[in-house]
Amino acid sequence: MTAIDVPLTTRPDGMDSYPGTQPRMGFFTDTSVCIGCKACEVACKEWNHVPEDGLVLTGMSYDNTAGLSADTWRHVAFIEQRTAAPDDGAPGGGLRWLMSSDVCKHCTHAACLDVCPTGALMRTEFGTVVVQSDICNGCGYCIPACPYGVIDQRKEDGRAWKCTLCYDRLGAGMEPACAKACPTESIQFGPLDELRERAQARVSELHAAGEDSARLYGNDPADGVGGDGAFFLLLDEPEVYGLPPDPVVTTRDLPSMWRHAGAAAVTLAAAAAASFAVEALAGRLGGGGRR
Amino acid sequence: MSEVTRQGPRGKKPGRDAGGPATAADGDGTRRWRRGRKAERPVVPEAEFTSYYGKPILNAPTWEARDIAGYFFLGGLAGGSSLLAAGADLTGRPALSRVAKAGAAAAGALSVAALVHDLGRPARFVNMMRVFKVTSPMSVGSWLLGGYLPAAGVAAATALTGRLPRIGSVATAGAALLGPAVAAYTAVLIGDTAVPAWHDGYGELPFVFTGSAAMAAGGLGLLAAPAEESGPARNLALLGQVLEMVAFERMTRRIGLVAEPYRAGRGGRYIRAGQALAAFGATGAALSGVPAIPLGRSRRVLAAVSGAALIGASAATRWGVFHAGLASARDPKYTVVPQRKRLAERAAATARPAPGPERPAAGPGEATARSG
Repeated sequence: MTAIDVPLTTRPDGMDSYPGTQPRMGFFTDTSVCIGCKACEVACKEWNHVPEDGLVLTGMSYDNTAGLSADTWRHVAFIEQRTAAPDDGAPGGGLRWLMSSDVCKHCTHAACLDVCPTGALMRTEFGTVVVQSDICNGCGYCIPACPYGVIDQRKEDGRAWKCTLCYDRLGAGMEPACAKACPTESIQFGPLDELRERAQARVSELHAAGEDSARLYGNDPADGVGGDGAFFLLLDEPEVYGLPPDPVVTTRDLPSMWRHAGAAAVTLAAAAAASFAVEALAGRLGGGGRR
Repeated sequence: MSEVTRQGPRGKKPGRDAGGPATAADGDGTRRWRRGRKAERPVVPEAEFTSYYGKPILNAPTWEARDIAGYFFLGGLAGGSSLLAAGADLTGRPALSRVAKAGAAAAGALSVAALVHDLGRPARFVNMMRVFKVTSPMSVGSWLLGGYLPAAGVAAATALTGRLPRIGSVATAGAALLGPAVAAYTAVLIGDTAVPAWHDGYGELPFVFTGSAAMAAGGLGLLAAPAEESGPARNLALLGQVLEMVAFERMTRRIGLVAEPYRAGRGGRYIRAGQALAAFGATGAALSGVPAIPLGRSRRVLAAVSGAALIGASAATRWGVFHAGLASARDPKYTVVPQRKRLAERAAATARPAPGPERPAAGPGEATARSG
């Protein structure tokens, strides 16, 4: 076993340092081989006992799950794109399908974990981010903190829920249910450093085959969230799939926020002091002008 | 639309319905969203961006406006009132002191009730005290309130009963020390989210909130304290009104596109109502404080009405900020467009004489749809 190779920034609270010999585990979702079968959605639901999330037809291609939520931990996006006619004037233009199975990114710098006031959200020995449902008090702070719109509140139960990267299965040496069920190996599970190498090789392979639009998303440890534990190979811009193009962990700006709030608090105290000082001054000048 | 849920329409989710202008793809399948809503002023040129069927990227806060915007308002009212109370004690204004202390304790207690009510698991409220995390403004705030509320409560109890004056003085000083922090930290609480209208405004929001707190606390003093003691309350309200107005104006100018939800829709309506109430209240408060104007007995009425208007203005601002945040989270435009701009600026900074970014900024969907 090697040590975690993710160059984590050391932070004052030490929240994101996860010592140990267990390598950081994650997902590489290669959307170029996703066939939109939704086996991942089903396997996730079954293994994790995730409740029903609405049986409605959305009109969004084959996607009737719509997005990640408290009751949807894997979400397969379907995008139908009309492609341009060939340059040589041949009859043309066709349709291209983009399919992608979205999931919690298990960020290196996880905003949900940072802002959780109870400590219910924690970093596991696998480097993943998990909600401890016996501690969560449903304050809901993690929900707007997530730059990806992953975690959400389960109305019936009040608490926040999201993908656990099958913490229970990992503990037993198994791979997560979605990866296990994926028939095309679009969802790959493994040590993050190995996945990153494999992803880089896959992008090069696709570029060599003329698929210039292939790019990795969330693989860069220098990005706004310090890299994702679950990253993707996409065939179009992230926002086409409903992913933010440049996500940033909100707590990155927190020191500056506290400084501004400190200045604002001092301003308030000063305003109160001035309010009394002005009265005293006016009273002295006006010789009892105050009624 | 199908409603074949096991428990009837329970599983139906808002915004998942097909059709409607916000979820219809346009003809070429690139799904570019050019939208202009009715009440929106053309502040910034209409943004062009790509999204997944117009779906929001963020999950919007699940907080209730009554609980959380109400909590911000009450926390500000309490924090500002504790300052007034301490000042009133120091300058010999017993009636103003009693009003401010009672106001602080009541608002503080109500604010915590609102907080607990908003929890998905109210019985687990004590889990807030399980850890202390500086990375979580809500954790910091919980501990802050844990110190502030007993102080404000003891200060009020001793002032109203006249017992234990020395303990009362210590409690009053403690509440005054923590009060400004209680009023200001809530701005960090919402700034520390991915919600564009909140996060982008984090530089000015604390000043908007403390200004609003001063306006509310001063308004309470004007409303409830006798005229001969309410001078400092009037000053505080007026200073607060100016601070809130200036900070808000600076914020909305600086954050550009993301300021739209502060002008349009529900957020905009609350903000405008707040501004109107603040202007009315400030004018009335100022007039009621000029001895040269012969107002007679109506001076007291004018002061009280102005005070009430200023309290209302503070509340309206908090509701406006709250709803603007929700609106900015629900529209992918406010997430995608600023992030795209950021990426383009970064690319422009790193690209030297190179041909620039690999794709034209206008049409991400089209540019890559050609291949395959």
